[in-house]
Amino acid sequence: MTRRARLWLFGIAGPGLAAVLVVGLRGLPAFGDNHAVYGLVVNGVALSLRHATDYVTALNFDLRAFDTLGEEYILFASVLGVTLLLRVVRGEDEENIAAERAVYGSSDAVRVLSLGLVPLLLALGVYLVIHGALTPGGGFQGGIVLAAAPACLMLAGRYVQLRALTPDWAIEAAEGIGAAGYCLLGLGGLVFASVYFKNFLPAGHPGQLLSAGFMPLNSIAVGLEVMGAFLIVWTAFLDQALLVRRRPGVAP
Amino acid sequence: MTVLQIVALVAVAVGGGAVALIRDPLRQTLALGIDGLALVVLFFAFQAPDVALSEIVVGTLGLPLIVLAALRKIGEQDRHRRTDQEQK
Repeated sequence: MTRRARLWLFGIAGPGLAAVLVVGLRGLPAFGDNHAVYGLVVNGVALSLRHATDYVTALNFDLRAFDTLGEEYILFASVLGVTLLLRVVRGEDEENIAAERAVYGSSDAVRVLSLGLVPLLLALGVYLVIHGALTPGGGFQGGIVLAAAPACLMLAGRYVQLRALTPDWAIEAAEGIGAAGYCLLGLGGLVFASVYFKNFLPAGHPGQLLSAGFMPLNSIAVGLEVMGAFLIVWTAFLDQALLVRRRPGVAP
Repeated sequence: MTVLQIVALVAVAVGGGAVALIRDPLRQTLALGIDGLALVVLFFAFQAPDVALSEIVVGTLGLPLIVLAALRKIGEQDRHRRTDQEQK
């Protein structure tokens, strides 16, 4: 399509889209004024019935835990796809681990800062995972913060050393156990409360660490899965970028 | 709407526009990370701290790391192709 034709097309379609947008936006409720019935119901039951003080986690890991199962397996399947696409194929070699490669010419300041961040990120990640039902956070948020700690280690040093600390079997086990554990917690509901993903543990006192029924367990399972998933994807990409080399003389 | 909410909305809009307009992929990735940080403030200002917590890592580390690794791989393949053509 020539530039002229594209401009003509935009000249017709642009104002049309703008008109539809204006009409659509005029129908929206006023800013900050939307109190949907579903939200009011969740606000009503999350604390009184479930004893959770963070309603987002109550929604994700109890009231609509089945939806989270779907999201879990979307992540699981996409990680499988990434590892399948980025595997070492014929005509490629994974470089010898002994050939250490510095990631970037990282300065001393970057190294010190990222090394200092590692324990803080680990502590924050664990806190977010186990306090999901009490304060903002939960399995997903805590899981990615936990995955960020090894990534900081990579900025601080050499990529191969990171791989020694996060071997494939460990991160794959974390992802698999997390995904299977979440599914099995739902099955626990089926066994002990006769409904899949129905809470089967005592609710406890609101605000205490061991409260809100099985939400903390769900949060830990999701945290493991998310941490493993992100580390698998990052190392798959970085392996390809830093370690995998095309064998000389072989057509790509 | 509070001042913080308006500032965050403008920052995200400007950042998003910058990501689309920058031509160099490396600078684009950096702008993407900064726009992710603006999004964190936006989510926080609109009372969604759960989403903000996820966005901190996904926007500033998760996505840029993957893009940077892919860029490096593509650049390397281009170099290989060029040396192959020179040898022929």
